[in-house]
Amino acid sequence: MKYEQASHLQYSVLKLTGEVDLHNSPQVRKQLLAILNAGHSVLVDFAALSYIDSSGIATLVEAFNLAKNKALSLTIIEATGAPLQVLELTNLNKVFPMLASLDDVKE
Amino acid sequence: MTNSVQHIIEAKNLVSHYGDRQVLNNVDFKVAKGEIRVIMGGSGSGKSTLLNHLLALLKPTSGDIVVDGVDVVNADRKTLLALRKKTGVAFQSGALFSSMTVGENIKLPLVRHTKLDANTIDIMTRLKLELMNLAGFEHLMPSELSGGMLKRAGLARAVIMDPKLLFFDEPSAGLDPVTAVELDELILKLRDAMNMTIVVVTHELESAFKIADKITVLFDGSVAVTGTVEEIKNSPDERIQNLINRRPRNEVVNAEQYIERLTTGKN
Repeated sequence: MKYEQASHLQYSVLKLTGEVDLHNSPQVRKQLLAILNAGHSVLVDFAALSYIDSSGIATLVEAFNLAKNKALSLTIIEATGAPLQVLELTNLNKVFPMLASLDDVKE
Repeated sequence: MTNSVQHIIEAKNLVSHYGDRQVLNNVDFKVAKGEIRVIMGGSGSGKSTLLNHLLALLKPTSGDIVVDGVDVVNADRKTLLALRKKTGVAFQSGALFSSMTVGENIKLPLVRHTKLDANTIDIMTRLKLELMNLAGFEHLMPSELSGGMLKRAGLARAVIMDPKLLFFDEPSAGLDPVTAVELDELILKLRDAMNMTIVVVTHELESAFKIADKITVLFDGSVAVTGTVEEIKNSPDERIQNLINRRPRNEVVNAEQYIERLTTGKN
């Protein structure tokens, strides 16, 4: 798993590449919580994500809840394939805002 | 050989005895990655014995077993432990610790084997409880759950580490029909979303036909056939047709051997 942080409009973008699993989800958690604690809304870019396990999903849930409490947002971008199926399996596709592409993000 | 199927389980020429009694007879059993394989057969056909060998809980008399690249017959304890962390097992009874709450039972593997944050572990536990329709039962004791709930709690614990390989012994036995169907759906979803390979031992034909990519039928410790649902349904083997159509076995009686067994107890 690799992650890259960038900006898009007023958002921080966390782009995840490869597989998020038990071993590396704590890194993702640290990044996400840091972004939100710094007061930025976050776009989590799934475009290059091939797999996310439930520790990764749990991390997104925790971060989403923190964003809500801080009146910020957490949006999933371009979820397809297995990661999308995991979101559907857990019904979180009905909870997290999801957009098909970064181009769909509005200011 | 770029198109060769990758097998996550490969057992060859497996022979197993309980005492003098041979329970598996030259069993070959291969499962491809991402496959749902159902093992069927009557009581005493060797289903559970095969499962226990694949889990390295029993040592075979002879034969090879390789699971996810590990030679489980000869592997040392440490290697087996690492393999078990990637393997989920759900037994018939649920097998939860009676002194712990349902939530504590389910999260136990994460607490023991990972360094994840407690928040992450708690949310993972609740995600699995939700998945198994057990939301809100986290703080109950196992003794306060029904049989079907225990089974689902056992499954929640089996998949808490997102195993690559899940073994499931008699998932729908003793469940009401609606819960049994939901469990079948869940098995299919787990495979699709988590890319799991799932080996299910079951008596339930309807369930087997619904979830299986392939079915292995065991009779008297030997593999009668391994095939797709269609192949099993169309099998010319009378024993398989008897199993599918729930006809009682009509075995040929060898009078001499029968009397020998009855009078001497020798097989």
